[in-house]
Amino acid sequence: MTRRLLGAAGSLAGAFVLVSSFLFLVPGDPVDLLLGEQATAVDRAALRTAMGLDQPWYAQLWGFARDFATFRLRSSVPPFREPVWPQIARALPQTALLTGAALLLALCVALPAGTAAAARRGRALDATATAGAVAFAALPRFWLGPMLIILFALRLKWLPVSGAGSFAHLLLPAATLGLPLAGFLTRITRGAVADALAEDHVRTARAKGLPEWAVVLRHALPGALVPLLTVLGLELGALLGGAVVTEKVFSWPGMGTLLVTGIERRDYNTVRAVVLVATSLYIVINALADAAVAAVDPRARAR
Amino acid sequence: MTRLSRLLRRLGPAGRGGALVAAAWLLLALVGPWLSPVDPTAIDLPRELQPPGHAHWLGAGENGVDVLAQLLAGARVSLVVSLGSVVAAAALGVLVGAVAGLSGGALEELLMRAVDVVLAFPGLLLAIFISSVLGPSLRNVVLALTFSGWTGYARLARAQVRWLLSREYVSAARVLGASPARIALRHLLPNAAGPLLVQATFGVPAAILAEASLSFLGLGAPPGTPSWGALIDQGSQYLLVAPHVALFPGLCLAATVLGLNLLGDALRDALAPGQE
Repeated sequence: MTRRLLGAAGSLAGAFVLVSSFLFLVPGDPVDLLLGEQATAVDRAALRTAMGLDQPWYAQLWGFARDFATFRLRSSVPPFREPVWPQIARALPQTALLTGAALLLALCVALPAGTAAAARRGRALDATATAGAVAFAALPRFWLGPMLIILFALRLKWLPVSGAGSFAHLLLPAATLGLPLAGFLTRITRGAVADALAEDHVRTARAKGLPEWAVVLRHALPGALVPLLTVLGLELGALLGGAVVTEKVFSWPGMGTLLVTGIERRDYNTVRAVVLVATSLYIVINALADAAVAAVDPRARAR
Repeated sequence: MTRLSRLLRRLGPAGRGGALVAAAWLLLALVGPWLSPVDPTAIDLPRELQPPGHAHWLGAGENGVDVLAQLLAGARVSLVVSLGSVVAAAALGVLVGAVAGLSGGALEELLMRAVDVVLAFPGLLLAIFISSVLGPSLRNVVLALTFSGWTGYARLARAQVRWLLSREYVSAARVLGASPARIALRHLLPNAAGPLLVQATFGVPAAILAEASLSFLGLGAPPGTPSWGALIDQGSQYLLVAPHVALFPGLCLAATVLGLNLLGDALRDALAPGQE
């Protein structure tokens, strides 16, 4: 476990260096891009100093790292240079809400559907669930979102088109983010439950005369949750990536919107900070998922 | 030809359906733009945003461009970007993974730590970051997807090399005096090819989806390039008046991704059983 945590810290440091050094590949001079060709030499020099671009690369890296770690980081685009952390503090709960709702929705669909498919392997129910799962997993979120908007917001007028603030606002974005994941997780659940059904202790449970539903729910499903937890941790990465496009579709004021507006404004301090915060969270959550797996599964502890 | 038909028989109905979709996508991407009656960028302002009809079979988009012609041109964009990035990512990943697996020791540790760093980024975030830095162009999308996508191949290649090196026939070849290069090319590569091919088959739909996502965010295809993702982004502004503009590119995208995923599943079962 210690080794796992050290590895996670190393990856985070590596991610920081990678993200920072990529920035020196930006084609063109950021000062030219902001001020245009006609700016005077004095203005250019002043902006260059204000943005810290007159310093050597290692000083720029260090300055960013220090400001980032001490929560004093400001936007790299003048004139206002808003503090970045308060924006992240506003956006992060919105993304957490959206991702959490999507995850809940996906699990509410995938656990029953995948378990039922595994219990009825080879039958019509299994074929239907598997085909539906494969189809949903292939849906691009930036297309599913607009289609849900056409149906539920524009035609039926049941739900708002975009924005955040109420439960009704949450439904369409959560469905957009969650349904492709539900398709993917249904297949994983089906496979995990099917594997668990083939284990010896399940055969014992059957042999002592338990009804089939009790065998599946009490003896096979718990064992299937362990591999599912590992996959969930990893799948959260795809979910965070999917949140970026989902937030754009629904103008959801989260980390993805912060990232996309940051990119449009060439505000690389904000962009870097959002990427690093999301990456850190992803690393931490995966370490926690591993720890949880180790806590419930003695075999994983030995590895 | 007989080998191909035997493979097709082993794929099963879902796999054959997937192969059919994949073949249609390949064919339309290669010859579609020549078949298309109109130029995908031709402007037809009087018919702007018109629903499907005689003049435009799948309707007209912004400025009256033909949606069908744009879809065919978009298929070519998705083909070039996905194959380009998957081939480059597989080549880079196999090289790194094979070197790591063959060398062992500190070099292996260093290379696999680099893999861990790239894998630490959630989902598309690294590709989004790289293409935001490099600017929107198809070449930069290929670069971004290659750089964020090679790690899976590296892990797989390393695992394969390590496993194959422990096999008896490799020891036998070594005892017989075969050079390391000969062992790598004649004994390791052919045996690792199946799993790598399966991985690459899943890599293509993932890259198509990633390209479309980046283009939807305005980070992929430069403005004016008919990418499916960019078309959906454009169509999202006209959901009420012209839903067909966003509908059709999404159907193409979903069908292609679904077909290639089914093909990948079937290939995995046929070529590399036991691998999940």
